[in-house]
Amino acid sequence: MSVWLHIALWAAILFGGAWVFRWAGQQLPNPRTRPYFRDMSYAVAFGFLLAAAALYWTVQLYFVDRVVFFRWAVQGFLFFAAAGWAFRLLGRHVGTPGTRKLFRKMPLTAAFGILVILVYAVVAIFADVLAPFGQEQVFERVNVLPGGNPETGGDPRFLLGTDQIGRDLLSRLIYGAQNTVGIAFVTTCLAFLLGASLGFLAATLGGWLDQLLSRGVDVLMAIPSLIFALLLMTIASAWAGSEKWLLTVYMIVIIAVLDSTRVFRLSRAVGANIVVMDYIEAAKLRGETLTYLIFREILPNAYAPLLAEFGLRFCFVFLTIAALSFLGVGIQPPLADWGTMVRDLSQFINFAGVSPLTAALPLMAAGAIALLTVAVNFVVDWMLYQSSGLKD
Amino acid sequence: MSTRDLLVQIRDLHIEGRSDETWTPIIKGVDLDLRKGEVLGLIGESGAGKSTLGLAAMGFTRDGVRISGGSVAFDGIELLQASASAKRHLLGKRIAYVAQSAAASFNPAHRLIDQHTEAPVQHGVMSKAESEKDAVRLYEQLRLPNPEEIGFRYPHQVSGGQLQRAMTAMAMSCRPDLIIFDEPTTALDVTTQIEVLAAIRDIVDQYDTAAIYITHDLAVVAQMADRIKVLLRGDEVEEAETRRMLSHPSEDYTKSLWAVRSFKRPEKPAPETDAVPVVSVRGVSAAYGTQPVLHDVSFDIHRGRTVAVVGESGSGKSTMARCITGLLPPFEGVIEFDGEALPLDYRKRSKMQLRQAQMIYQMADTALNPRKTIAEIIGRPVEFYMGLRGRDKRRRVDDLLEQIELDPAEFRDRLPSELSGGQKQRVGIARALAAEPSFIICDEVTSALDQLVAEGILKLLARLQDELGLSYMFITHDLATVRAIADEVVVMKNGEVVEQGVKRDMFKPPHHPYTDLLLSSVPEMDPDWLTNLLRERGVENIGDAASEKI
Repeated sequence: MSVWLHIALWAAILFGGAWVFRWAGQQLPNPRTRPYFRDMSYAVAFGFLLAAAALYWTVQLYFVDRVVFFRWAVQGFLFFAAAGWAFRLLGRHVGTPGTRKLFRKMPLTAAFGILVILVYAVVAIFADVLAPFGQEQVFERVNVLPGGNPETGGDPRFLLGTDQIGRDLLSRLIYGAQNTVGIAFVTTCLAFLLGASLGFLAATLGGWLDQLLSRGVDVLMAIPSLIFALLLMTIASAWAGSEKWLLTVYMIVIIAVLDSTRVFRLSRAVGANIVVMDYIEAAKLRGETLTYLIFREILPNAYAPLLAEFGLRFCFVFLTIAALSFLGVGIQPPLADWGTMVRDLSQFINFAGVSPLTAALPLMAAGAIALLTVAVNFVVDWMLYQSSGLKD
Repeated sequence: MSTRDLLVQIRDLHIEGRSDETWTPIIKGVDLDLRKGEVLGLIGESGAGKSTLGLAAMGFTRDGVRISGGSVAFDGIELLQASASAKRHLLGKRIAYVAQSAAASFNPAHRLIDQHTEAPVQHGVMSKAESEKDAVRLYEQLRLPNPEEIGFRYPHQVSGGQLQRAMTAMAMSCRPDLIIFDEPTTALDVTTQIEVLAAIRDIVDQYDTAAIYITHDLAVVAQMADRIKVLLRGDEVEEAETRRMLSHPSEDYTKSLWAVRSFKRPEKPAPETDAVPVVSVRGVSAAYGTQPVLHDVSFDIHRGRTVAVVGESGSGKSTMARCITGLLPPFEGVIEFDGEALPLDYRKRSKMQLRQAQMIYQMADTALNPRKTIAEIIGRPVEFYMGLRGRDKRRRVDDLLEQIELDPAEFRDRLPSELSGGQKQRVGIARALAAEPSFIICDEVTSALDQLVAEGILKLLARLQDELGLSYMFITHDLATVRAIADEVVVMKNGEVVEQGVKRDMFKPPHHPYTDLLLSSVPEMDPDWLTNLLRERGVENIGDAASEKI
């Protein structure tokens, strides 16, 4: 009963408050806000009140003791926002006039995205220097708790503790950036090389070649890609035999080909809109070669959508690799990989009630994946906004 | 004039537009008065703020534009302070708007009549059934064919001229006090334009509706407006009664607008009878798939002469250009260049043959690659055909830029988006010249430009012809352009040549009936022109109806 009373009370506050809010706004003497409140519909006023209530609940929840993860999330959010803001501020005052102007117009989300991508790139490139131990190094003590406090079974040498067979988790997380992100990057580049060139070719030439390529792509796209990739990886692992590195190469090629179908579709559509332009006709009538047409006339006009797609495609490739690794056919142990780490450490989640920090370990690998995905999407959104005509 | 008759009163209106984080003025303190039942013509070049002012008379601005000062009163109601709901009661009911492109303004997913009845039903003026009956009546008054049935078609099933009239009927549906016409006939052929003009004028007259008629065509506004207001870069130049404005413009700018159509090239002597024509089209027939578009077309273009190909849209003018360039190989006929037959497909032509014939396009926006600088655009044919590189290439590009009257230092490194419409068209000309051709196809090169700018382009083309001995094939639907620049005229209709000859003969009777229709449909600056024409020919003998009879 009291629950219903509670809900009724809140509803009364919101519905009544919305009306009061609008009425109070109309009484303001400021002539600038007056027409705004006068034309405000009741739904908008209610929305304002609901947003205020949501903010109140959030703050309230933050101070409840048991809700550790929510508090971490809020702290993380504030930290990242502050980092993004500081990074943008830095960009506005350092660098060439061109980059400064770019940073002045940049939204906070994009600045945050760029910062995260930069950090990942640095970590991936300098993993050997940054990581305290090797990714394959096994220590005697296993299941060391994170935090480094010896009294509770920790070891200051292992900041995030070790896994079940005694490998330092921090080092593996850092090396994971190198393996997972590096391989995803190579795969995406390959997918774009393949998809974009074939897509533009189909758009320019049309006719039977376009039909052949497009129907072939349709066939590949008709099969659910993760299952298809799994199937092909099973075959590939038989071919590769004991050569682990060969399997990684096969994986790159398989994912690149499967993902190039989407790139093909996009670049064919974008290209088809460009080839009907008069300047392409003028170039054709000049007697230009196909290579010139594609790379000098069409490609410069397709950069914006292709670059945006590159960001998105990179995320999908990245997630596919993590998913395959989680299923055991992707990046092979002992190489560190975030997908594999999530699988290996997934048991730790059961300790959430006892030691939240331990339970957070599998989430850390998953969070690394999520953070990069979000960051890339922020940057892509910004680039799409830049290239579209929406900004004025 | 007593204030009681005043329908719209705009005082000291300032409007700003947002560009690159700053607000730049678009309208700089314009006053406007409109009495009940009066038609005011607003003219000026593109960018003069005509449309912005027209929309502001409805209390409306486009996105990224704001009214920063002044007042707009409609029938005593101050629109700039009015609440959203108060404006909703006026717009559509007492103020209506007819846009330039009816095809883009109708919702393609609904029948015409359903869109027509929306406003009256919404505003509670009429029931749906009454409004449908009223729509048929309006369609009849606007002389639409099959008024009973045409409302039940979808927008794509009627022609452009009919759609523009259906749009006018829709604006009339609530019998508004004010209609704003924003270039309603600019996108139409001359023959179609005239019936839309006649229909709009009649219906506005009949219901005593006040109107603001926005256009850049003086001859059109002369037929429609009681008073004319001339705008230049957001400022009023002058305002006067139509007749007085036409006969005694007081400002220099207005005089220059009036004088635009006076440009005319001196007549050239006829070519010698045994001269080999630069381009000779012999019995060409072509088809898109199985749809035939050209039937047995023949004409010659001699050195240093301009042949104008005229006709309404769909008459096959541009298809003819595609046949000559080889983009659409004809299934019958020969195209000769300097007496030698050309391969019909452009892919089979040699670099030399391709170089000889160049093309200038209608839309300079789509004809220049937006990602390349002017120097790259003009430099490519220089490098490709002449093999010039480095400093030689740069010098040649600068020469070309000077030839088209653009300063090389200023324009060399700009992108097409940083150029005005007329400058873009000049770059298009320079790209064609860079190939050093003997023959250039000009496809409606001036129809997207303002009259003053268009005149500049025509003069440039004429000068280049005299200097370089070029031959032009000039595709256009504008007979004023033909009169200005052509030596010979080819009139096309439904893919056939109906008449051809030297210009002097073409503008003198007797004509083929279609040429006659085209010529008589070109609006003249005389305010009585439309009235006289209608009296002479009758309402049934103008526009599409007349065109179909021939």
